Amino acid sequence: MEKTWAERRRSMNNYLRQYWSLYVMLALPLTFFIIFRYIPMTYIQIAFKRYSIIQTPWEMPWAANNGFQYFIRAFQNQDFIYAVRNTLLLNFLDLLVGFPAPIILALILNELAFPKFKRLTQSVAYMPHFLSWIIIAGMAKQLFAPTNGLINIALTRMGFDTIPFLNDPNHWVGTYLLLGVWRNMGWNTIIYLAALTGINPELYEASAIDGASRWQNIRYITLPSLRPTIVTLLILNLGQILSSEFDRPFALSNPLVNSVSNVISIFVYQYGIRGLQFSLTTAVGLFQSVICVIFLFGANALAKKFGDRGIW
Amino acid sequence: MIKSKRSRLSDYIIAFICVLIIIVCLVPMLNILARSLSSSEALIRNEVMLWPKGLNLNAYKLVLSDSKYTWSLGWTAILTVICTFVSVTLTTLCAYPLTYSKLKGRRFFNALILFTMYFSAGTIPHYLLYKDLGILNHPLVLIIPNSISVFYMIIMRSFFYSIPESLRESAEIDGAGPFRILMSIYLPLSKPVIATLSLFYAVGRWNGFSDALMYMNNRAYHPIQLLLYNILNSITAIEVATQEGFASLPGLSDTLQAATVMFATVPILIIYPWLQKYFIAGATLGALKD
Repeated sequence: MEKTWAERRRSMNNYLRQYWSLYVMLALPLTFFIIFRYIPMTYIQIAFKRYSIIQTPWEMPWAANNGFQYFIRAFQNQDFIYAVRNTLLLNFLDLLVGFPAPIILALILNELAFPKFKRLTQSVAYMPHFLSWIIIAGMAKQLFAPTNGLINIALTRMGFDTIPFLNDPNHWVGTYLLLGVWRNMGWNTIIYLAALTGINPELYEASAIDGASRWQNIRYITLPSLRPTIVTLLILNLGQILSSEFDRPFALSNPLVNSVSNVISIFVYQYGIRGLQFSLTTAVGLFQSVICVIFLFGANALAKKFGDRGIW
Repeated sequence: MIKSKRSRLSDYIIAFICVLIIIVCLVPMLNILARSLSSSEALIRNEVMLWPKGLNLNAYKLVLSDSKYTWSLGWTAILTVICTFVSVTLTTLCAYPLTYSKLKGRRFFNALILFTMYFSAGTIPHYLLYKDLGILNHPLVLIIPNSISVFYMIIMRSFFYSIPESLRESAEIDGAGPFRILMSIYLPLSKPVIATLSLFYAVGRWNGFSDALMYMNNRAYHPIQLLLYNILNSITAIEVATQEGFASLPGLSDTLQAATVMFATVPILIIYPWLQKYFIAGATLGALKD
């Protein structure tokens, strides 16, 4: 039966009388999202316009080449090409090295037979995650110092040459990856360890009766149970291959290694906030955001296609 | 019998690997602690490894005698407390109404908020907005723009969902409005998640520096991490002296750098036991999708 207009209005009044305060509560957070997340999106048009300090983004004149002048200029900029290359390279290598590490550590922790010692290992391994990249860079600078750093002292005492961990582009990439593993390996085991608690213990009991070795247990029970988690996380990470962290490369870099450490976010900082080329850097930021969204949706579709749960 | 012996051997091999992992995690921290407590001469002679040589507290005294550094520590502490309070309040106000299935417009609000997780306007549009709002170089720019994390909001919302709805319904029958129910039922039951998110927000603010680097030119409001970055990356002691006001110091040795790093690290190490108590629950909750 159709409700009459008056009835509908009465039920709306009742609803508002009971729940008006929900909207009052939401007002502040929603204002936050509109001002600080949506209004910046209206500034994106600067990417297609000639920036002028005295005009609002709506009033600025369109850029040349149908507004795509700054995108063209970005791709003609050698620094930007390097930034894209470095972003892809560092993210890819980070995935290659940093992705398997927590899986291996989770398997090791899962096999550890001493519960108290397991908790201790976890406590210690999670801790680096809570240190900022500035602090880690400070520690790394001291630890890897060319002459009086711990590692190089140890190397010289053992009769090896010193290694320029942070001062040579190739070694820097290695150090960058290593420190990423150091900081995140422990923390990232949490999700795998949570998945491991979901494994039916009867599987292990059955395999014990069959006389399976530890290695066979890992190969045929543990790893297959982790597969959905691994696939989901791997695809999510692949989706972020062009996104760039700022803190990590910025904190660890120095003038000697800029050729490999300058990623897109650092390019935007240097050309935009330091160099005031707002149209160019807005264009670069938009390019990166759009590619990231496309990759993310693509990755999610892939995850669902492989029969595992997607992210939404 | 042979089999159980072999598996006991492999148990010890695995335990040994874990010992190595613990050592690798701790060495950088022990090294910097040792360096901060050593004499500069011992450092120059390449003697300091994991144990301080020429034990002294001079570096710490020098850092504490520098008003710029102590001010920055204090300011960052104040900032962290304010930010945590603002963030947790706003996150609660955002998450709680969204748990009402009767809320009209809930799907729209959810979509509006979730979209910001996947697409961001980028650094420069934010920078220009802050400029237009007049909060560039104002302390507010370090507090407001990142006050709600959508990810943490989702964690809080999932926690609220786990509170039985019958509690809410019976309070509604007694005539309590949504705000009253939040204050007297939801918040008291949500202490674990509030503690978790407070700690996460606090650590995030304490460790954050890129917003200050980009949006804050006034050195008086630089948080400790940015000051630390400037100290660590100044090539010469003179540069540090002129930039960061260590003018009274003869030179900024490695010992001093180590001590400044320690000062920024210690607060994290102090709250780590509490962090640890809560974060596993938080991290696994966040992994669930709803």
